[in-house]
Amino acid sequence: MNSIIKIENLIFEYTKENTDEGIRAINDVSLNIERGSFTAILGKNGSGKSTLAKNLNSLLVPTSGVIYVNGFDTADDEHIWDVRQSAGMVFQNPDNQLVSAVVEDDIAFGPENLGIDPAEIRKRVDKALEDVNMGKFRDKPPHLLSGGQKQRIAIAGVVAMKPECIIFDEPTAMLDPKGRSEIMSIIKELHDEGITVVLITHFMEEAACAERVIVMHEGKIILDGKPQEVFSHEKELRAVNLDVPLTIELATKLREEGVDVPRNIIEMEEMVEYLCQYK
Amino acid sequence: MSIQVKNLKHIYEKGMPTESIALENISFSVEDGEFLGIIGHTGSGKSTLLQHLNGLLKPSEGTIVIGGIDITADGVSMVEIRKKIGLVFQYPEYQLFEETVAKDVAFGPKNLGLSEEEIEERVKEAIELVGLDYENIKDRSPFELSGGQKRRVAIAGVVAMRPEVLILDEPTAGLDPKAHKDVLDMVEEVHAKTGNITILVSHNMADIARLSDKVLVIDNGHLVTMGTPKEVFSHRDELSEVGLDLPPITNLTEMLRTRGMDIEETILTVDEAAKQIAQYLKSKGNN
Repeated sequence: MNSIIKIENLIFEYTKENTDEGIRAINDVSLNIERGSFTAILGKNGSGKSTLAKNLNSLLVPTSGVIYVNGFDTADDEHIWDVRQSAGMVFQNPDNQLVSAVVEDDIAFGPENLGIDPAEIRKRVDKALEDVNMGKFRDKPPHLLSGGQKQRIAIAGVVAMKPECIIFDEPTAMLDPKGRSEIMSIIKELHDEGITVVLITHFMEEAACAERVIVMHEGKIILDGKPQEVFSHEKELRAVNLDVPLTIELATKLREEGVDVPRNIIEMEEMVEYLCQYK
Repeated sequence: MSIQVKNLKHIYEKGMPTESIALENISFSVEDGEFLGIIGHTGSGKSTLLQHLNGLLKPSEGTIVIGGIDITADGVSMVEIRKKIGLVFQYPEYQLFEETVAKDVAFGPKNLGLSEEEIEERVKEAIELVGLDYENIKDRSPFELSGGQKRRVAIAGVVAMRPEVLILDEPTAGLDPKAHKDVLDMVEEVHAKTGNITILVSHNMADIARLSDKVLVIDNGHLVTMGTPKEVFSHRDELSEVGLDLPPITNLTEMLRTRGMDIEETILTVDEAAKQIAQYLKSKGNN
């Protein structure tokens, strides 16, 4: 396996305010993320998933253990920009991530800081705008855009840095259903283009789109596998404040009613296909 | 207590070149003890409407009568209005500021000029009503609580005002599935116990379908439709035109119906869907 991210025995502790006492947010996690893969990370509020994400691009560095991103140690100051250029991050609230008064300036901000040739920046900004389907908004001020549109600009800003991997930390939490589905289709397209995607989310339906689902609880990984596999652990998931996608919930209830639905069905279309063969 | 909104119109930056109509021709009423769901995509005018209901914004035209008082009339006491109408904003935990949970929840009641005993009683009642253990949590700092707990404390601060109308704007945004369910169960329980009018704004169609007596759909500053969840969610195409979805389970059962499965129209719960599908398959002699 060709891993873009390698995490070895990661422990991360926050220091409690006004004391020396440490609060352990991540407790001995080892994990590899394959180049080009799409991984979703689930966990209740406070389970350590956002802390893990921040460790992946040197916003936080391990208390102990080591993380390699594209071969660079995230704790190595000399390579901090290599790490961040390899693994870009998109946060929950796009307002915290937009910096300029004009959409295309905002997208150019990252590449400019990398000292890239202006002609190349122009190309990258155009491509990024096209990727997020926001070309016609290029000269608009970001604050006049909707939440979903702002998030698309934030994503374009990261895409323009040409990272191999993008970590999305609950990118749809503040969006309406339309904004959510726009962002999810962009994430899927970026993955199809070969970008490694790590998606942190509270929405089970979004996690079901991934190739691999990791469940965190109290700083540890408790489940790790294909969505079909992970979501078959309905009881364990509910015990750690999570849920299952709608189709799984329906399948369980159908089984109680005596309909023998296969366990590998996870997408809504698959469920419709399965049920309609008997009509 | 009831709410009557008549011909409400709101113009932002009236008279300026940037003038824009945020709400127009909005009329509806909410009866005592009702649970109203409001849906509309971002920018549809939902938040502007909410801000009119507790007097934060004054309409350009139209009236809002709450409990017999026209809150848009000149000289009406806003303090009295806000005692009756509690508004929980999005991410209300950002407004927590006191040293302890009890002090934070007491902030509103204190401003009502109540006695110490009355304040303590209300704080205790509100904290328990939102599903937290008063003795255990009252002296803790709100900042060391979990996301779901913080959210509940913030809502308790509004509940402690004993509002006759409780308005919640996306109260579950950013919460994990369990905390999401807990907060909504709590809203339901407060509604059942106090008999207040509850108004819930949410993007989650399944929650709206499950909790609301009536659903109001707003788009581009206009009221599109209002009715029971069953009525509103039977208008799939109209909702889609204004950028809204059906609840996911309704979406699935409608797909089955389109494919020719003879089950009831506009099914709103997973339990009901499972029953109907199983019944249909049995009638076809399968499974």
